[in-house]
Amino acid sequence: MINTAFAAVEGVAPKGISIHLAPEVLGHVLGIPLTNTLITTWFVLTLVILGAFWAYRKYRFFPSKAQVAIEALIGSAFDYIAETLESKDLARKFFPVIMTIFFFILAMNWVGLVPGVGSIGFYKEGHDAITPFLHPANTDLNVTLALALIAFVTIEFAGIVLLGFLKYGGKFVNFKSPLAFVIGLIELVGEIARLASFSFRLFGNIFAGKTLLVIAIFFVPLFIPIPVLAFEVFVGLIQALVFAVLTLFFIKLAVTEPH
Amino acid sequence: MEGMSLEAVKALSMAIVVGVGVIGPAIGIGMIGSKAMEAIGRNPDATGKVIPNMILAIAFAEALGIFAILVGFIIKFA
Repeated sequence: MINTAFAAVEGVAPKGISIHLAPEVLGHVLGIPLTNTLITTWFVLTLVILGAFWAYRKYRFFPSKAQVAIEALIGSAFDYIAETLESKDLARKFFPVIMTIFFFILAMNWVGLVPGVGSIGFYKEGHDAITPFLHPANTDLNVTLALALIAFVTIEFAGIVLLGFLKYGGKFVNFKSPLAFVIGLIELVGEIARLASFSFRLFGNIFAGKTLLVIAIFFVPLFIPIPVLAFEVFVGLIQALVFAVLTLFFIKLAVTEPH
Repeated sequence: MEGMSLEAVKALSMAIVVGVGVIGPAIGIGMIGSKAMEAIGRNPDATGKVIPNMILAIAFAEALGIFAILVGFIIKFA
């Protein structure tokens, strides 16, 4: 029997804290395991899409103050992207991907801090700690790896489409001299290592933040969690920013002509 | 070290891994921050150009510290 219980504190088991790297599986659908982080991803997805529709409906030709502020933010983001890519045309092409990555990761990080995420769940048989229904999505390596793959494919796609396949491939595999060949090989390995770097950076930051929060709430629940939560909000913003900006920089690197 | 259980070794090695692994990124982030402060002090108008690059460099350095924590978690819990 699965008992439904509302636990007020994250991750507290009768015998201690439960920390696990793998996501908790809630059930199976057609043989595919349904983890609570996946459900959180869907939840955040609907939130972001609904938010986008709401912003679209609220758009007026004579802007309100909020609209002016948001337009200023997005305008400055677009200017920054155009300045980095050195071409407004390229900026217009890659602006949607980069901003979507930013907003999605930001939403996932901040929704993961809302009370209720990670603390409302049920007791699985044989487990001491509760299995929450929702869990911060970036604590699942699958999610961050998927995002890193999206960024990777975008970067490679940018290089191949704008430079041409042979020219872009010539950056990594060229036989002009043994030194150039080795350097190209190292750059190729570096490209693949970017996948690991992207995913582990986001995963490690958010997972460590969540674990820190669990420990803070477990040991000193009265005042310590407040600065920890504030720091986690900040870290969530910075990590989303870093992911998007790094994607931008690597796109710039990919479309520069080889010398 | 005879008679040390696997659990004890796991806990000890996790502590060592995280402790030693975070030294490098900590020094690195300190250096990045200090150079950024110096640059801002020399030329306060360039603050808007220095700060975003500083945050980016700090994120790179921090990622390596995160790798160390990750290895610690893997040792202890997997």
